[in-house]
Amino acid sequence: MMRVTAMVKRILKQLIRDKRTIGLLIFAPILVLTMLYFVFTGDDYIPRIGLVDAPEPFVEQMDDSKAAITIFKEEGEAEEKVAAQELDAYIAFVDNQPELVLEGSDPTVTGATMEWVQEAFQPGQQENMPQLKVETVFGSDDMGQFDYFGPVLLGFFVFFFVFLIAGVSFLRERTTGTLERLLATPLRKWEIVVGYVIGFGIFTMIQSTIIASYAVYVLGMVMEGAFFHVLLVILLLSFTALSLGILLSTFAHNELQMMQFIPIIVVPQIFFSGLFNLETVAEWLSWISYITPLYYAADALRDIMVRGYGFAEIYMNLIILLGFTLFFIMMNILVLRKFRTM
Amino acid sequence: MKQKNACVSIQNVSKSFGTHSVLRDIHLDIYEGEIFGLLGPSGAGKTTLVKELAGLDTPTEGTNFLFGQKMPNLSLIERIGYMAQSDALYTELSAKENLRFFSELYGLKGKKQAERMEEVAKVVQLSNHLAKVVSNYSGGMKRRLSLAIALLHEPELLILDEPTVGIDPVLRKNIWHAFQELKEQGKTLIVTTHVMDEADKCDRLGLLRDGKLIAVGTPDELKKQTGTKTIEEAFLYFGGER
Repeated sequence: MMRVTAMVKRILKQLIRDKRTIGLLIFAPILVLTMLYFVFTGDDYIPRIGLVDAPEPFVEQMDDSKAAITIFKEEGEAEEKVAAQELDAYIAFVDNQPELVLEGSDPTVTGATMEWVQEAFQPGQQENMPQLKVETVFGSDDMGQFDYFGPVLLGFFVFFFVFLIAGVSFLRERTTGTLERLLATPLRKWEIVVGYVIGFGIFTMIQSTIIASYAVYVLGMVMEGAFFHVLLVILLLSFTALSLGILLSTFAHNELQMMQFIPIIVVPQIFFSGLFNLETVAEWLSWISYITPLYYAADALRDIMVRGYGFAEIYMNLIILLGFTLFFIMMNILVLRKFRTM
Repeated sequence: MKQKNACVSIQNVSKSFGTHSVLRDIHLDIYEGEIFGLLGPSGAGKTTLVKELAGLDTPTEGTNFLFGQKMPNLSLIERIGYMAQSDALYTELSAKENLRFFSELYGLKGKKQAERMEEVAKVVQLSNHLAKVVSNYSGGMKRRLSLAIALLHEPELLILDEPTVGIDPVLRKNIWHAFQELKEQGKTLIVTTHVMDEADKCDRLGLLRDGKLIAVGTPDELKKQTGTKTIEEAFLYFGGER
């Protein structure tokens, strides 16, 4: 136990000395989350729409607060404006029959335009229609993209940074010869790996408490469940990232080769972790999500933060994450046999 | 001469990496309480041999025995002090923190730990530089710190791979003086070197060339056998380049 403690103390000391890395681990996720917040929660797009020969009643009753309307006399004039991208669409009334012409190159703009047009052409006369009452089981109908992506991104940042930093630390331990030096002491192989897991685990706890608090209390990310559960998931995810990072560092000869694992190991996890709807993923590929640790963490985080679930609903995900970690740790110990067989 | 007990016994040891053979059928006994020098050019297999003795590598053929027990063996590791050829230090930490970390790995704590740290720092004359971060150390200082770490837990057997590289002559003399003192305390030292004048300070020498042990004996014996005046000439003699 004393040897593990010595390892943990040393790792923490080394981390604290490296101010720049600490800055990266804490401020980079905060910066990116903040940017995403502004990207996802910006104002709705106001489409620029032209009207040609619009009948009086239509012009009077349409809602011009959600669109910038320009009236044209000639269709050709409006067409030119659309081609010059000064207009997103125009509606021409030929014999009182409306015809919509879209610019159509940006799906977001097209979507916003279509939404406005459909609303404008809704038969507003049917006032005796009952008003639809909207309720949601989870979240709320005004929950934004940021709230839905947030939990996944939180998990991703922890995974990415812990994977990289732990991997590079262990790689350095190997390339500078300190790993070999450690193995010439009575330190057991499992004590090295466990020392790393605990040392970085402590640091990750501090890091993710700061990042999660910022996301929830400053950026107002939705948080229905218990903060403690979020930290628990993140801790277990960081263990997985850590043990995987250490394992893969054995197959890298230098820092650059460690970076090469990012597009292979880290980036695909984003796609299969629930950032995008997995049901639309091609079936022959969908099995990948079940072998990505981030999928289980993101699922649990979303359950807690968006749906307000507690321990009873997430424990299975926690066990799977723990399973990944144990598997990677065992592999690590096996790989370390290369250096010392006893 | 007193009764000789083999501290290290290398029996029929060969090592090859793929088709490249690094050690060829080595037989060697190293006795308790002697300073044994492994002499040879770089690439002769010195480091591979001492790594095997430190438990960091295993022979392809043959067996190494330490204190009468087969290596590698985790229970023997505590009785060995190993200094690698490259300085394996945590450069972000201070010398003191390095010493503290390694001493904890050997289970030293409290007063004993502080005492040992002070003692080994004195041996390598780094007592006044302990608070410095190792990245600010010179090459020679790093070498000395590595040596200090190997001495921390008072091992019975010291395996030192090129301990005096990059150390100036005055300090080198002091360090060899410390080796003599350790020997007088009954410790066994295995020192690899390719510096011939250091070879004269060893009790016995093993000359290693291309993975073969070409001669073993005291410096005087080797010189007498070959009729030469220096170890360097003796080495050339055994190497077949007369």
